[in-house]
Amino acid sequence: MTVTEVSAETAAQPNAEPEGDGAPTAAPERVFDEVLLEISGVSLSFGGVVALSDVSFDICKGEIRAIIGPNGAGKSSMLNVINGFYHPQQGTITYKGNVRKKMRPHRAAAEGIARTFQNIALFRGMSTLDNIMTGRLLKMRRGLLWQALYWGPARDEEIVHREFAEHIIDFLEIEAIRKTVVGQLPYGLQKRVELGRALAAEPELLLLDEPMAGMNVEEKEDMSRFIIDVNDEFGTTIALIEHDMSIVMDLSDRVVVLDYGRKIADGTPDQVRANPAVIEAYLGVGHG
Amino acid sequence: MNEGQGAGVAATAATSAPFRPGASVDLEFDTFPKLLKRNAAVRGTRSAMREKDYGIWQSWTWAEVAAEVRAIACGLSVLGLRRGDAVAIIGDNRPRLYWTIAAVQSLGGIPVPMYQDAVADEMKFVLDHAGVRFAVVENQEQVDKLLQVWEDFPQLELVVYDQPRGLRHYRQDFLHDMANVLAAGQKFDSENPSFYDDEVAMGVAGDTAIMLYTSGTTGQPKGVVLTHENIYLTAINAAQQEGLTERDESLAYLPLAWVGDHIFSYAQSYVTGFCVSCPESSDTVLTDLRELGPSYFFAPPPIFENILTTVMIRMEDASALKRKMFSYFMGVARRAGANILDREPVGVVDRLLYWLGGVFVYGPLKNTLGLSRVRICYTAGEAIGPDLFVFYRSIGINMKQLYGSTEASVFITIQPDGEIKPDTVGTPAPGVELKVADDGEVMFRSPGVFKEYFKNPEATAETKTPDGWVHTGDAGLIDEDGHLKIIDRLKDVGRLVDGTLFAPKYIENKLKFFSHIKEVVAFGNQQKFCTVIVNIDLEAVGNWAERGGITYSSYQELAARPQVYDLIQEEIEQMNSELAKEQNLAGSQIHRFLLLHKELDPDDGELTRTRKVRRNFVAEKYSTVIEALYGTADHCQITTEVTFEDGRKGTISADLAIRDVRTVTAGEQLAAE
Repeated sequence: MTVTEVSAETAAQPNAEPEGDGAPTAAPERVFDEVLLEISGVSLSFGGVVALSDVSFDICKGEIRAIIGPNGAGKSSMLNVINGFYHPQQGTITYKGNVRKKMRPHRAAAEGIARTFQNIALFRGMSTLDNIMTGRLLKMRRGLLWQALYWGPARDEEIVHREFAEHIIDFLEIEAIRKTVVGQLPYGLQKRVELGRALAAEPELLLLDEPMAGMNVEEKEDMSRFIIDVNDEFGTTIALIEHDMSIVMDLSDRVVVLDYGRKIADGTPDQVRANPAVIEAYLGVGHG
Repeated sequence: MNEGQGAGVAATAATSAPFRPGASVDLEFDTFPKLLKRNAAVRGTRSAMREKDYGIWQSWTWAEVAAEVRAIACGLSVLGLRRGDAVAIIGDNRPRLYWTIAAVQSLGGIPVPMYQDAVADEMKFVLDHAGVRFAVVENQEQVDKLLQVWEDFPQLELVVYDQPRGLRHYRQDFLHDMANVLAAGQKFDSENPSFYDDEVAMGVAGDTAIMLYTSGTTGQPKGVVLTHENIYLTAINAAQQEGLTERDESLAYLPLAWVGDHIFSYAQSYVTGFCVSCPESSDTVLTDLRELGPSYFFAPPPIFENILTTVMIRMEDASALKRKMFSYFMGVARRAGANILDREPVGVVDRLLYWLGGVFVYGPLKNTLGLSRVRICYTAGEAIGPDLFVFYRSIGINMKQLYGSTEASVFITIQPDGEIKPDTVGTPAPGVELKVADDGEVMFRSPGVFKEYFKNPEATAETKTPDGWVHTGDAGLIDEDGHLKIIDRLKDVGRLVDGTLFAPKYIENKLKFFSHIKEVVAFGNQQKFCTVIVNIDLEAVGNWAERGGITYSSYQELAARPQVYDLIQEEIEQMNSELAKEQNLAGSQIHRFLLLHKELDPDDGELTRTRKVRRNFVAEKYSTVIEALYGTADHCQITTEVTFEDGRKGTISADLAIRDVRTVTAGEQLAAE
């Protein structure tokens, strides 16, 4: 008899091969065919400054999608467009089959899009746990008065959400700072708490804006591991902006490259790496 | 073996200590799986184990633990585990790993716990030497390490993991989820209900209960084979001396691979029935300790030192009134606290003040530390600074030193209640015979003496005499009250070229008691004078630097600051003047020192996994530094290799300043007094 685990999810991935080298990242040749979000012909400008011009690409359900490019290429603007913070002058965004014209960030959040920020945006005076609990706010149904009473259904609801928050704390291995005020934490941990808060909203699409900026090698490896695990365990689709090329190439299933607000390449890490336009943009040949 | 205190080498007062007989084997419950069945029957509804998970303490009764162990054992047997097979157990203190130890013992297998923070290469030796067939590990981190070396070990057949997280896409058919093993075990058990009981009944007291690899300050690790009888008798003897009962509580947070944890968190719990709790993670130990308030606590000195350093740092940041109150009542505690704990006569005024201090300072402090309910608090593993020791005792914590080793199943000597001296390690535990050989080496014989070193008869013969006496390798003496005093490792006790005694450990321990100094390595054997390499304590010195407005961005930068050199120099000079007062050791005063640019690290092989300095290795690795210390230059250049947590290597180089230190001669000493 055998006790080998073959769960339904793993069996559904036909191309995953055994990895003898013991350093598995995302399983090779993962197949994604359901489009979660489609950007088509998006242009965005602030007065005379063109941030994005005629950018089109898609994000498939379950993949890790990287957006890369030199400084000022329009990467963060792209995330802000997806998350409804900026409204493009031209183009459409199709999310889960619905074409969006204008959307407010809180609507995006309610529809399952969560994000982290390039400059950490946590409540610095609140504990890690409380910050993560704020990520649950959209899921809580009881109003302020019920919450203040902390009785009956409000208490039951609180317990359910607290348990969810505890699972995230366990997942991100931040038990030791559960009750620490976030402002006192080192940078790498604050980034992790921010990821935790985004996860608390149970997003379908997670936008990470430079999740590893300013981290040392070990912190970057930890963060990469968490990103892979989030994608793996919860099936969350992830779009991330990152500067460290080696990490981007290891992590992502597909990469889109922006330069001066235009898309210059789109494809698997290998395809992108071999693309002459990308090499030029990164080596700065054309920019003098 | 352990290092203890030392204070000069005076003429020995005695060569052997008084003997007290211990318990004998209970024939009905002579193995740990049998003890587990007894506990499930006798105290089935009492808590046996707890673990903090998802922010809440989850607990299991003895009956539940017995059922879990039964299921794991059946599951492992389904996978093919047979009597005599070695099973590696790797991970943090998790209930299922402790249960796996019992499950493997139930089947007559040999549990081999391994250090969870070892890198893959370090695991190779033990995996190979013990001939490990199965590995039961905590999580993906350990699985990855085993996969890295998988090809090298054809005898290693399968790996069971407790936490499935991140392992979903691992396709190897030799990886098994513990949940599935448990389910298969339960199914097998329901089909073969007598299997488990028959297997347990086959075990006898003389069977190997566990194999623990000593971390080895020199050479390759050795696999110490301990039988159920060894562990049972040692555990029960000590438990009886201390009056441990099922109502005690302990926290399991030290490595499973270390003999102390096996005795305190496993054997003694099975023997007396007390509850063992596992912390949420290795980073939350102090918080968990505080929530739990154990009555039975063990920690090596560095942990007590860290706790005290944290307290002191926080006190320095406290308001003036609080600081005043703290220092006043700590003065009272120093004067009266230890005596009150030892039930010695103390004046009425001091008693009253001590009581007040208890209300205002000691009580809240102990509560903050999580030591309010501690009844027995052991420290061992290495020497504890007398001031540190007295600090804890003075605030009413019954801290006691013990002296032990893996080869003794821990206990050789324990300080008996009411007879505590900071510079000795106490009297022999029940059942232990103790003597000091002619060359000054401490030797013992006890029911806990190990069976053998696995596959290493030469080392066994070197360490254990045919009539059962064990060489500890420690130099020591027995004082007039029958207490053992440890001076140093026998082989480390050296001489300066002029013949003066040089006991490096003694110097290092004295220096390490300064809160700014984390680690010290002393040199001097066959040299003209003594020198030291110092590691500063990043937290303590960092805090000091912050208050003094000294900026730094890394350990290396901080350690190179001249102000930090001044600080450490002052402390070394203070120790020199103390050393000058001890006639045997006045010659060991430090003449030159430097602050190392990196912290000594087990990953770089400089410390053992139990954080003891590997002296010879350090001497070799930093030979250029040592040469410079004995030269005349005031700085030296060094490049060293460092290993990152993921096993990759890099190099760092630095230019280290060397300072001369003022020493005190006998004449000056007299003039000063």
